[in-house]
Amino acid sequence: MSGDHHGEAAAISAHVRHVETLLEQRGLVDPQELDRALTAFLAGSSPASGARVVARAWSDEGFRTRLLGDANTALPELGLSMGGGLQEQRLKVVENTDSAHNVVVCTLCSCYPIALLGPSPTWYKSEAYRSRVVRDPRGVLREFGFELAPDLDITVWDASAESRYMVLPRRPGGTEGLDEKQLAALVTRNGLLGVAAV
Amino acid sequence: MSRINDVGGMQGFAPVEQELDEPPFHADWEAHVFAMNRALIGQGVYNLDEFRDAIERMPPEEYLASSYYEKWFHAVTTLLVEKGVFTAAEVQHD
Repeated sequence: MSGDHHGEAAAISAHVRHVETLLEQRGLVDPQELDRALTAFLAGSSPASGARVVARAWSDEGFRTRLLGDANTALPELGLSMGGGLQEQRLKVVENTDSAHNVVVCTLCSCYPIALLGPSPTWYKSEAYRSRVVRDPRGVLREFGFELAPDLDITVWDASAESRYMVLPRRPGGTEGLDEKQLAALVTRNGLLGVAAV
Repeated sequence: MSRINDVGGMQGFAPVEQELDEPPFHADWEAHVFAMNRALIGQGVYNLDEFRDAIERMPPEEYLASSYYEKWFHAVTTLLVEKGVFTAAEVQHD
């Protein structure tokens, strides 16, 4: 964009460095610890865990029932938890069916099942999505190129600091022969949030 | 009274724009703000609720004009001053 834009980026970058240096001098942050924390965060920065959960639910009816009943107690079956962040969060998994569709938002800020999906995309945190998806969900889905059938009910779930939501998408047809790994590869982040079909 | 972060149902915002193959951070400083905040909460300098509050009480025009991690950095510096870790002059940068 403009030179001003680059100037602002350089200014905030220098300001962040300044505050980080102050914190290091005060012994409040350890640069090596910051690097370790970032590496760990980025290592989990994909929706792969959420996709594994969905693939298991599609393949194992007992797991699906447990997941929809109490996701937090079902996740450890896959070696997963909602405790990857600063505090353990409640997770509710909401299931798409042939008559009902679910979409996830955090109208107040950016609450998101980060432990399973990694960092959230910018659109999820935008005022545009947060303000509009609760008023006109079908219109917003259309902006994602997703035309929801008019006979499907739609529910928008508004996350909070303590409670997060993830969508269990409908299993695509013609996937009967696929194993869990192949099924997981079909699952997208947008599908796990309900702004796309899988 | 609701604050500016409470945008659910508010009218007048533009269509949603997706960024394809979006990276977790768009600049190195964003990653540093993320890590710093995590460390400060981990050390008990402030807690997650205080952090969110510091974002949500930003002046509306500043809130709406700031990117996601600009809001985070605003909250970090606000809380460092309010908690008495640094003075406002110390966290300033020319």
